[in-house]
Amino acid sequence: MTEINEVHAEDRAHASNAILHPQAPLHATAEPYTAEQLEQLNADIDEIIARYPQKRSALLPMLHLIQSVDGYVTGRGVRLCAERLELTDAEVSGVATFYTQYKRHPNGDYTIGVCTNTLCAVMGGDLIFDALSEHLGIGHDETTEDGKITLERVECNAACDYAPVVMANWEFFDKQTPESAVAMADDLRADKDVAPTRGAAKVCKFKHIERVLAGFPDDHANEGVGAGEQSLEGLRLAHQNDWRAPGDEGGPLSEDAHQNVATTEETGGPLPGHPHSSAEAEEDR
Amino acid sequence: MATTLTPVLTKHWDDPRSWTLETYQREGGYRALDKALNTDPAALIDEVKNSGLRGRGGAGFPTGMKWSFLPKPDGGPRYLVVNADESEPGTCKDIPLMMATPHTLVEGVAITSYAIGCHHAFIYLRGEVVHVYRRLMNAVQEAYDAGLLGKDIHGSGFDLDVTVHAGAGAYECGEETALLDSLEGRRGQPRLKPPFPAVEGLYARPTVVNNVESIASVPSIITNGADWFAGMGTEKSKGYGIFSLSGHVTRPGQYEAPLGITLRELLDMAGGIREGHELKFWTPGGSSTPIFTAEHLDVPLDFDSVAAAGSMLGTRALQIFDETTSVVHAIARWTDFYAHESCGKCTPCREGTYWMKQIMTRLEHGKGTQEDIETLLDVCDNILGRSFCALGDASTSPVTSGIQYFREEFELGTHTPWWEAFPPANSALFPVTQKEAASV
Repeated sequence: MTEINEVHAEDRAHASNAILHPQAPLHATAEPYTAEQLEQLNADIDEIIARYPQKRSALLPMLHLIQSVDGYVTGRGVRLCAERLELTDAEVSGVATFYTQYKRHPNGDYTIGVCTNTLCAVMGGDLIFDALSEHLGIGHDETTEDGKITLERVECNAACDYAPVVMANWEFFDKQTPESAVAMADDLRADKDVAPTRGAAKVCKFKHIERVLAGFPDDHANEGVGAGEQSLEGLRLAHQNDWRAPGDEGGPLSEDAHQNVATTEETGGPLPGHPHSSAEAEEDR
Repeated sequence: MATTLTPVLTKHWDDPRSWTLETYQREGGYRALDKALNTDPAALIDEVKNSGLRGRGGAGFPTGMKWSFLPKPDGGPRYLVVNADESEPGTCKDIPLMMATPHTLVEGVAITSYAIGCHHAFIYLRGEVVHVYRRLMNAVQEAYDAGLLGKDIHGSGFDLDVTVHAGAGAYECGEETALLDSLEGRRGQPRLKPPFPAVEGLYARPTVVNNVESIASVPSIITNGADWFAGMGTEKSKGYGIFSLSGHVTRPGQYEAPLGITLRELLDMAGGIREGHELKFWTPGGSSTPIFTAEHLDVPLDFDSVAAAGSMLGTRALQIFDETTSVVHAIARWTDFYAHESCGKCTPCREGTYWMKQIMTRLEHGKGTQEDIETLLDVCDNILGRSFCALGDASTSPVTSGIQYFREEFELGTHTPWWEAFPPANSALFPVTQKEAASV
């Protein structure tokens, strides 16, 4: 078997005295999987492959699966994926290094990702990242010495109305401050149960989450809120003012709703209180 | 009379256990699917075409027309792929929808699949939202268990499997052909078009790729009819859409309204700019759409009006910044983002975003040169229209529009660091202590 191409992590700028990871390449791993590990991995991989018409589609979930066992994308994991999908090690490495969720060195139990894309950064995300970095003594993509926390800058995570946002193992912590984020990190580090703002009842460990991302559900789907406060701002206002979509009489959307609209249109116009045409909207302005 | 909100997709977000099949069906869910299964598929496509629904993922291509581009059935598979890779900076509508009411999407998937003759649909969700993935997997399982997915749905003879697939962190996978490559287990890089996905998409088979909100809008159109949908919005931008307000506003959040509503109206609803401050600039549809200023408060937020005013409706991601914000810093961070997310396939984008990042960083530090503004515009000129996909084009939007409206701040970048001119503590949404302010 040939050596797997070494793919080094990006050069990382950091000023702190943090414990640096070895420049973790995707590298041949000295220790092979145990027979039990292999049996479980292969059974899981069979299940993943069965979801798709063509087996190569299984690669992304399989890499999540590797991380659920190894804590990052290991050389032995790359090789296993390659063998199962009849790809070369280089083809698998090429995919693994394209996506930011695949880690090139052992990840902490908890990834804390601070959104530092523009909106969150300006609303305070930069200050939160700096506070966490100073408190934990690590920079971007580094892990605390005890192996508990990996700190990251993340890109926009689709929760801008809750800015500034922090993710912990990909669960939402909304409207954060430096103090709240540091307290959350301390609690996670102490292995306390920490509840996200929107998500499961508590933040699960990295390997657990990676197994979910491989498409194996845990039993937390029914925990947490349906929608957070900000998601409901518009709906709340609509309730207060009794604003509704046309034909919505307040009951469930149904065949009746269609009838109501049809009736209204026959009687010559939109329901009162609802803009129905561009012409009307034009007048409004 | 001012425009009012029209909750359709958001209507049941506040129901107790809104994400469950039980709640969804109690509110009339899956009746549209039954209606659809008793309708000729071609008639369903016509209904969506007639509704005027345009893609809600940013580009605004007519959804029904996209469906009708599929070639005639040849006996082989055809696919529906839902783009749930919501990653455009500022965009935050699909994620709450799938968390609160995933069945709206699943029902839309079932109806659309039936309409286009698809028997295996995929929902490609970005990987960085684990609880949303749980909710989607749960919804799909509930639908299977209730006979709403799987073999012979409700005795119709129609079979459908749905696979929910989690990505692994790459903005580029929101581009539809990059998404398909990613779903095929490859690096998420865009494909040359043509052939378009309708002809050769997933596994080189005819494929429809639609945004979450587009597909989630389908059940309401089937239930209430094309005329009902077309009765909202403007002549060329029909229907409702979710408008996402974020940033320096009093009540940021999701506001579902007819297309054509204005930012002035939305700001009124959201309590205005945060107290004691004023609007400086905003994006109408995410960071990829050229920025607007206070002079655009009355631009109707529909596809054509926003385009006529020099930007794009995009994803209705209204990121709002007040006078405390440094334009150079904001745009530099977006430039970082595009440089980070450039997939590397084409030279104009890969190299152009790299160089723009160098220049923007220089300007942030007050170390820009006299030539930097012209160089930036020149780089943009060499990316725009020359990159392989829209990511490259998008990377130029904030830069060119920023220079257009705030050239003096770029000139400031030749001698003054942004943090001196615009102390970041003033922009934060929480009170900043002395120590924190000093650490910047």
